[in-house]
Amino acid sequence: MISEKDVDYVALLGRLKLTDEERKLYTGQLNNILEHFDRLKELDTAEVPPTAHVLPLKNVFRADRTGPDLAPEQVLAGAPDRDGRYFKVPRIV
Amino acid sequence: MVNLLYQKSITELHDLLVRREVSAVEITRSVLERVERVEGTVKAYVTVTAEQALATAEEVDAKLAAGGDMGPLTGIPMAFKDNMCTKGVRTTCSSRILENFVPPYDAAVVEKLAGAPMIGKTNLDEFAMGSSTENSAFFTTSNPWNPDLVPGGSSGGSAAAVASGEAVYALGSDTGGSIRQPASFCGVVGLKPTYGLVSRYGLVAFASSLDQIGPLTRTVTDCAMVLQAIAGPDERDSTCAPGPVPDFNAALTGEVRGLRIGVPREYLAQGVDPRVAGAVGAAIDLLAAMGAEVEETSLPHTSYALPVYYLIAPAEASSNLARYDGVRYGYRAARPEDVVDMFMQTRSEGFGAEVKRRIMLGTYALSAGYYDAYYLKALKVRTLIKRDFDRAFTRYDVLLTPTSPTLPFKKGEKTMDPVAMYLSDICTLAAPLAGIPALSLTCGFVDGLPVGLQLMGPPFGERTILRAAHAYEQKAGHWRRQAEGV
Repeated sequence: MISEKDVDYVALLGRLKLTDEERKLYTGQLNNILEHFDRLKELDTAEVPPTAHVLPLKNVFRADRTGPDLAPEQVLAGAPDRDGRYFKVPRIV
Repeated sequence: MVNLLYQKSITELHDLLVRREVSAVEITRSVLERVERVEGTVKAYVTVTAEQALATAEEVDAKLAAGGDMGPLTGIPMAFKDNMCTKGVRTTCSSRILENFVPPYDAAVVEKLAGAPMIGKTNLDEFAMGSSTENSAFFTTSNPWNPDLVPGGSSGGSAAAVASGEAVYALGSDTGGSIRQPASFCGVVGLKPTYGLVSRYGLVAFASSLDQIGPLTRTVTDCAMVLQAIAGPDERDSTCAPGPVPDFNAALTGEVRGLRIGVPREYLAQGVDPRVAGAVGAAIDLLAAMGAEVEETSLPHTSYALPVYYLIAPAEASSNLARYDGVRYGYRAARPEDVVDMFMQTRSEGFGAEVKRRIMLGTYALSAGYYDAYYLKALKVRTLIKRDFDRAFTRYDVLLTPTSPTLPFKKGEKTMDPVAMYLSDICTLAAPLAGIPALSLTCGFVDGLPVGLQLMGPPFGERTILRAAHAYEQKAGHWRRQAEGV
């Protein structure tokens, strides 16, 4: 069972701020969802390797060459806040 | 019955263009007029780009008049799901956090379809997470067969646009069924290609080991033509499969004699609406009558696909969506106390309920103490699911199932119960986990609503499933029926 405290901790890891109402709702729903996941325990997977990726691809290389890149102005065009050629954020330290 | 321009298939329109019987501008106008007439009901589009579409059509006509080359898709108006980056045209993912995001570059598939007038960007469940478009932060799209019903999701806007004549074809993305389930609900053809066949450069990432881009079209021939145009390696997407792209159109022989079709019994077990099972059964009979060798088979780990998918996809999503922090682009909360508060407020205000739910689910599954029990376990069971398919494809060319266990459902019916909504994808989740191609096409109608049939093939077996789908489609003829709700 996941407690509301667990939900708060997971939300912090995911950088989400929950209202009291959301915390209650998600605690119930996540428990309900995880209950369905417990079925996986029925399967013995001790000898089964994990599949993270379905294609047998390894070390995909391409030529190391310069090409057209986005200009700083294009990159910064969507910035919520900026200072010249920099992204601006609230004070960190 | 007069078939208006906006109702025609790509192949029909291409022939008209080649013979100079219509211009690209005339076709584009016909589709845009249709958008004006029905979009108020259908609500397929987040953004309509009418001027840009007409400008492209004019360029095409000028080039053709000058004797220029013409590809099979040149001048055919289409739509992109709004999670594919379009340079200079906002790309929202139907999320508040990207509501005003204007990409500085085009996705690879957008580049490849440069000669196609883009009618607009279609609605989706926020960040492609959902099965009904009800998770869109903006509005819910309606099913063109009955506007009280959902169009399916997450590519519901793309499917509804094609079904209602608001685009001749559209691209969608599929992570757990997001092309095929809405194709089924809207009565169109939808294909999720093999993982790695189509470049995802410029597709906003949801779950990177599963996401694929594919076509939504009115006919199987159109599907093959669009796939031909968008498939192929791209050095900007390192997960692309190398090697030449086969000729998909050449595979459409109209012949299924001797084709070995397996019907996994798990997909027609409990939870499937008997009316859906009935329509699928009739399709099986027709294929058998056409000379296919149809046999019941088993994919024993089918029922584990749901938990495996809903662990892996949210885990990958929680990582992919970490980039939305209010720093470089997208929404930023108004008055944060400090930088961490800025991240938290931005994300809490910018993401909708389902996206937050999946970020938390994925974060939990990846967190210390639960990683082995949930995420790693899911990856191992994924191997078992993949092995089921590997085994089946030694005996069968194609596997046949329903696309969705139910008919299109009512708006609001499942929004309060995440698990009920997740179950809507029960037939489509396994194919992306195994990385294999899967196509949905209409196999009948119940109470005026389309029923979808799913054909799955081995990795890079698109030619075989397209051949089977095309032969069936030509014989059954369901594709001719136009959506009746708008």
